[in-house]
Amino acid sequence: MKMDNEVLVRVEHVSRKFCRSLKRSLWYGVQDMLSELNPSSKLRTTKREGSSAPAQEPNEESFALSASRNGLRRDEFWAVNDVSFELRPGECLGLIGRNGAGKTTLLKMLNGLIKPDGGRIEMRGRVGALISLGAGFNPILTGRENIYVNGSVLGLTKKEIDAKIDDIIDFADIGDFINTPVQSYSSGMQVRLGFAIATAISPEILLLDEVLAVGDMAFRIKCYERIGRLQKNAATILVSHSMSHLSTVCNRIFFMSHGKGSYYADRKAGIQRYIEDQTSASAKEDFEPLLTFIPPFRSASIGIEPEQIQHGDDVTVLITMDSCNDLDNLQLRCSASTEEGNPVLVWDGDWRGQAINVRRGRQVIRVVLGPIHLTAGRYVFHISLTQPGNGQLLLYSRGTASFEITSKEIYSEVPTTFGLKHLAITHNGTTSHL
Amino acid sequence: MPDLPIRVYTPEPILGHPLRLVREMFADLSAGRELAWRLFARDVSAQYRETLLGYMWAFLPPLVASLTFVFLNSQGIVRISGTTIPYPAFAMIGTLLWQVFVDGLQTPSDAIARAKPMLARINFPREAILLAGLYMVVFNFLIRLLLLLGVMVWWRVVPGTSIVLFIPAVAALILGGMAIGMLLVPVGSLYGDISRAIPIAAQFWILLTPVLYPPRTTGLAGILATWNPVSPLITTARESLTNQPLSMLPAFLAVFAISVLILGLGWMSYRIAMPHLIARMGG
Repeated sequence: MKMDNEVLVRVEHVSRKFCRSLKRSLWYGVQDMLSELNPSSKLRTTKREGSSAPAQEPNEESFALSASRNGLRRDEFWAVNDVSFELRPGECLGLIGRNGAGKTTLLKMLNGLIKPDGGRIEMRGRVGALISLGAGFNPILTGRENIYVNGSVLGLTKKEIDAKIDDIIDFADIGDFINTPVQSYSSGMQVRLGFAIATAISPEILLLDEVLAVGDMAFRIKCYERIGRLQKNAATILVSHSMSHLSTVCNRIFFMSHGKGSYYADRKAGIQRYIEDQTSASAKEDFEPLLTFIPPFRSASIGIEPEQIQHGDDVTVLITMDSCNDLDNLQLRCSASTEEGNPVLVWDGDWRGQAINVRRGRQVIRVVLGPIHLTAGRYVFHISLTQPGNGQLLLYSRGTASFEITSKEIYSEVPTTFGLKHLAITHNGTTSHL
Repeated sequence: MPDLPIRVYTPEPILGHPLRLVREMFADLSAGRELAWRLFARDVSAQYRETLLGYMWAFLPPLVASLTFVFLNSQGIVRISGTTIPYPAFAMIGTLLWQVFVDGLQTPSDAIARAKPMLARINFPREAILLAGLYMVVFNFLIRLLLLLGVMVWWRVVPGTSIVLFIPAVAALILGGMAIGMLLVPVGSLYGDISRAIPIAAQFWILLTPVLYPPRTTGLAGILATWNPVSPLITTARESLTNQPLSMLPAFLAVFAISVLILGLGWMSYRIAMPHLIARMGG
């Protein structure tokens, strides 16, 4: 009963500096080590904690001011800046944020690999950690030998490992490779073994850094099950960029951006925050949309209506074009991809038997597609029109149109089919449709 | 729920609580024994796996160094006199003992460099890799001991009662080397300059130490023999093995004691430095 209130991970105002320049970073390292020999350096760190409150403000200027007051040296920045949260048994925290937001640095501090520059971390219980791939395997030893090495790293005696080794090998499920040197393992196999070892001790705290990303589907499901089983007495922190992992296992979200973090007890709100961050980030990045066509087309444009839909709604694709010739039986291919370019939906069918005939002059092809069951986020649309027979590409549009799904429900990223609802071509006021 | 171990991480310098530091040092040392043994077993099996000559490499460097001097001496190019045992035996025993010291010197930084991927990813008693390094030095010494025995049998060098001091003398060589090596770790792991400089420094150092010649008492060589901390160690180790009067016993004991002291300090600095080193390892 009392157990429920027990905080396993307590992170209070934790900060950590990082240096962009390698040469300086080494020199600062020497300075830091020397300052550890000097008891007055304690004063400096406590001062930093006291003045960390104004740094909370989003205002860039005030942040820069307080940062320099807080003793940032040249080329340094806060990789983790005044982060606080608590985790109790049964809680699984999804740590999300862009690359470089400070997630791994935070995880390394939680695991005691590096010291915080400010704040306090309290970890209660044994820690199973899988920080990046390989988890410190020795490449020339076999998987079995590495189990013993890593097991003793985790504080197990040979006897304890002997008792668990069959479980570990069963779980990793890498077959005869267990007796092969680890250097011949694929990254997925390394993660299988690493996860199996890290969770075999039934740790109270489990730290997982983007490890599930390389596992195959079957293994991920096994991992979810095991995390779920450990969950009762354990707190898990999982770094992931996959919304489906996060929504499958996590019940808390910690969103990090530029070293700062915000805690969400509500998973959906946290994921929503992350998606907003992602879309605003990619809007800034130069994405090169492309629209090309050849005669007989004189002009063309692609539009999507509406640009924002709810999960499960339809979208309408509008292809507006001006042709100087009649073209019959064109092949239309539509696809949608994530902004990184991963295709998620393709429609390449025969449009329910309707011929796509283009007439001389201006016209609009209106294609209603749906329902669209995709994870919330922004998707870009691609369209191609080709001539039958010779396959000549007449019109090609890549990423000139996009739509956004605002989440009603977070679903998996597994592609689902979407269907043609309606197709109509309007030419000179007359519309032909299904 | 049983009492769970609690770990607290703060920016506070660990030297602020020296007693806790020492307690943790020994706790981790004992917790790391099993791991150290595994790492050692792993290193032994891996050490010469990718070589043809295998364990020959354990005694080739000192052998070649001493043979060079045996040759120069036999041809009269350099004339080394005053050895009470045949010069080849003298030189080989000297270089084999010197190699023990150099091994100790290089072990801490080598061990850290090898363990980088592990250090950057897992939290384990950091003492384990030092301990594994120590085991390795001892192991390599035992292999060389075979050659040493061969040399002694061949030249009929018979040890006397002072042989009891041989083991402490070798221990002093290892500990002294490791003590210096550990003091170099904080800077040496950040800047590659140190690990590059060690072999060069060792080359000079061996010539400034009575390894290939008997200790002098006069001149610059005499001053070096007196103030070079390694010379009492080497000299005492060799004298105890070859039944000579122990000419530098007080200096040996002093150096031994100071080595142990420095080793303790080096160990502390190793612990203090580790999180800072790992922060800059990446991975």
